[in-house]
Amino acid sequence: MKGTNLGEFEELVLLTVAAMVNEAYSVAICDDLEKKTKRAVKLGVVHSVLNRLEEKGLAKSRLGEATKARGGKRKRYYAVTNAGKSALLKSKELRDQYWSIIPELSLKRI
Amino acid sequence: MNELQEISPPAWANRLLSWYCKPELLEDLQGDLNEYFERNVKSKGITRAKLIYFFDVLKFFRLYTIRKPEFLNLLINFIMIGSYIKTSGRSIVRNKLFSAINIIGLAISMSVGLLLISVLIDTYSYDKFHVNHSSIYRINSHYQYLENKDRNFMATTSMRTARAVKETFTGFEDVVILHRGFNGDITFGEKTIPLNGLWASESMFEVFTFPLLQGNQATALKEPFSVVLTEKAAKKMFGDEEALGKSIIFNKDKAYTITGIMKDVPTFSHIKFEMLASLSTREVTEKGNIDELAWDNMWNTYVYLKMPEEFDAHLFQANLNNLCIKENPSVKNTTITLKLQAMDSIMSGESLGNQIGPTMGSTLLWVLTGLAFVVILSACFNYTNLSVARSLRRSREIGIRKVIGALRGHVIGQFVVEAIIISLSALVAAFGVFLLLRPHFKSMEPDLQELLTLNVSPLLVICFFGFAIFIGVAAGFFPALFFSRINAVQVLKNSSSNRVFKKLTLRKVLIVFQYSISLMLITATLIMYKQYKHYMNFDLGFSTENILNIPLQGNKAELLKKELNELPEVKGISASGMITSVGSFWGVPIKNPNNPEDSLFAAFNVVDENYIPLHDHHLLAGKNFTALSDSAVESEVIVNEQVLKRFNLPKDPNLSIGEMLRVAGKDLRIVGVMKDFQYGRANNETGKETIFRYSKKDAQHLNVKLLSNDLPATYAKIETIWKKLDTVHPFNAKFYDDEIEEAFKGLSASMKLAGSIAFLAICIASLGLLGMVVFTTETRLKEISIRKVMGATEGGLVYLLGRGFFVLLGIAALIALPLTYFFFEQVMLPKIANHAPLGLLEGVIAVIVVMIIAVVMIGSQTMKVAKSNPAEVLKNE
Repeated sequence: MKGTNLGEFEELVLLTVAAMVNEAYSVAICDDLEKKTKRAVKLGVVHSVLNRLEEKGLAKSRLGEATKARGGKRKRYYAVTNAGKSALLKSKELRDQYWSIIPELSLKRI
Repeated sequence: MNELQEISPPAWANRLLSWYCKPELLEDLQGDLNEYFERNVKSKGITRAKLIYFFDVLKFFRLYTIRKPEFLNLLINFIMIGSYIKTSGRSIVRNKLFSAINIIGLAISMSVGLLLISVLIDTYSYDKFHVNHSSIYRINSHYQYLENKDRNFMATTSMRTARAVKETFTGFEDVVILHRGFNGDITFGEKTIPLNGLWASESMFEVFTFPLLQGNQATALKEPFSVVLTEKAAKKMFGDEEALGKSIIFNKDKAYTITGIMKDVPTFSHIKFEMLASLSTREVTEKGNIDELAWDNMWNTYVYLKMPEEFDAHLFQANLNNLCIKENPSVKNTTITLKLQAMDSIMSGESLGNQIGPTMGSTLLWVLTGLAFVVILSACFNYTNLSVARSLRRSREIGIRKVIGALRGHVIGQFVVEAIIISLSALVAAFGVFLLLRPHFKSMEPDLQELLTLNVSPLLVICFFGFAIFIGVAAGFFPALFFSRINAVQVLKNSSSNRVFKKLTLRKVLIVFQYSISLMLITATLIMYKQYKHYMNFDLGFSTENILNIPLQGNKAELLKKELNELPEVKGISASGMITSVGSFWGVPIKNPNNPEDSLFAAFNVVDENYIPLHDHHLLAGKNFTALSDSAVESEVIVNEQVLKRFNLPKDPNLSIGEMLRVAGKDLRIVGVMKDFQYGRANNETGKETIFRYSKKDAQHLNVKLLSNDLPATYAKIETIWKKLDTVHPFNAKFYDDEIEEAFKGLSASMKLAGSIAFLAICIASLGLLGMVVFTTETRLKEISIRKVMGATEGGLVYLLGRGFFVLLGIAALIALPLTYFFFEQVMLPKIANHAPLGLLEGVIAVIVVMIIAVVMIGSQTMKVAKSNPAEVLKNE
């Protein structure tokens, strides 16, 4: 499968899903990302990423309870699957590996 | 609450979203958009929020959101079609009676539809062979004398208009002037044949697409005394010899040079001719004839204009109006109006006077469309009625289908497919009926025979199939909707039929409608038949019995007379200019002897001294014409009573004898007064003031009174004599009574049309009624058996079952008869002179006929059920 690797934005979204635990649904994720990254995040992009993550099996979703807000429409809550967790860990490990071999001096000089 | 409504996102954008979006993604996506919308309403205002919402909906139109089941659904439908066809086939076979009723009913009505389609296709294929057909227009004119507004537009206009347009108008590309009447005998050497043709201006072949086989199309009709023959005419005249350049004699008078041979005129051309002569000829022959260029001589010239692709119709019309304003004062008491008409609308357009050839006319097309529509509607009602009636049996099937997972769309699809199968089977039968009907339809009116081919072409077949599918959808749509609404749970849980019968009112309305239509058509046919009979036996004021009218076609009357007198069967021979009472009209101006300012345009006929006694015209006073030689000066006239009344001459006819009348510039003495007779056709009133003039040399017909036991043999004898004297013209003598009958061919054609449609309508309605009766009796079988066990009599049961239907027929009669009578009394008959009074008899006959058919239908079925053995029925439970 082409997409077992996580893209940068995909990773961010997946991390946000993981971080928000039970409150991760598209609009909240969008807001959170916007706050943290300080850049405009489009709902459409988040939506399609979430959709792709689910397709890859990295995230799963369930529909919440209907409330009066949102015109009575239910929210779709996302959670990270085991595959998602291992993908996140794998990417973190990869980064850590690089971090561990970078000599401290080389960064300080910049 | 109000506020909530106000801030809801635009509904149509929402609908768009739910239309394209996958159902599983829809809800939360909608929710997300709503959430953003609510935020935007607060921060940016309602309008912008709505706009953003809309754009967001558009932005979410992505590959992963678009619903795929479209294809799946199609695939399912496609797979299911096999199943639909199978179940439909089974249901058709299982209910043989209902299927037969549906197929026969639809086939009958569709054959009328097929006829209509082929007539329409033929009508609209007229003149399409002209390359420029869509940019050719004709100038029509309207003639109004004083305040008389009754005349229609004429397809003709005056030569003066033609010249004015050609020489002074702008804004058109080319103009063709046609003048009718180039008909006559063409002689080359020893051979003479009669041909019909037109005078045409030189641009004929530029504007119209009539290809020349030989000759130069630019110059063929330029020089005076040029003539162009069609291939067929040339062949008839010259055989295989070269015709181009030869000189032919027209009507034993002038010589014309053949300057071109053209391809035969196609069938679908509204202009038909065998030869064309150059219009410039008329400039030579009619030189000095002031009438040729008179403004009100607008009876023989046709002007066709080729317009640019885009032109200002209003401007051109304004120019025509200006021309009329300028020219109208040149003729006293006369107003002429001109109007453009597109050539494409000539065949299907309104019926004008003086058409260059026969046209279909919009009236006939509308009547035909209306009748076809009514009959087809009636058959579709049958289908709807019977299908819904059978819902009791089918509803469980639908219930099970729905439980298994069929959607509404699937059920609708199934029933529409079933209806299409039925209508396609009906199409096969309808096509057969169409082939049978075709010759009868064409022979209904001689014009139709000439106008329509009704040939089966690929286009026609495609149209037929499209039509059948359309009928299937139309017939099946309502039952499909009905069945698709069935609630599976209710149907499967509760086997009682009560619920299904809720639609009874609608079905009753449909039956009433069908029977009203049938009754109206039958009554109308009977009324028309009565009128027709009335006109056939109309007392014209003179005798037409056993008189054979022989058109002389240019032959000498004396020669033929001499030969005919030798036949023992011939009792008398007279000569006349025209034949009265068949719709022709000859007019002549007469000055009022008491008022020189006043003049009258009277109807007239030229006769010889034998005419009045031979036809038993009743002379009130005076005497018949005195026999004179051919060369004698005309001096006598016989008038009818109306002339005396019009000119305030003495009421007593005896006192008017000897008065002088100025007729067409000649002073004639009244020698006799005859009783009024019907000069025009019996159903119109033209020609009330009528005169007879005496002339032997103007005779165009011989009226031969025969006394014979074997008229056909006598006719054959006379034909032999004719053939001996005239080798060129065919013998086309007709008996007077037959000619009168022919004059009413329009009435008899509409009578036949209405009659056959009435027959079809009553067939369809009866089939539908039969179906309904069978159904009702079948479903009430148990009830009837129990009633019988309890002691009901057979008669009582028949009454019980049939009562409802007779009430419906009664209602239908109450609707149909007053409507029909009102229509004839108020709309049709006031326009027709001398009509027979309306009687109740026709309506009563129609009702009785329909009732008898209904009694047979209802009676046979109810009797069958009423006679059934109740034990058999009840045992089965």
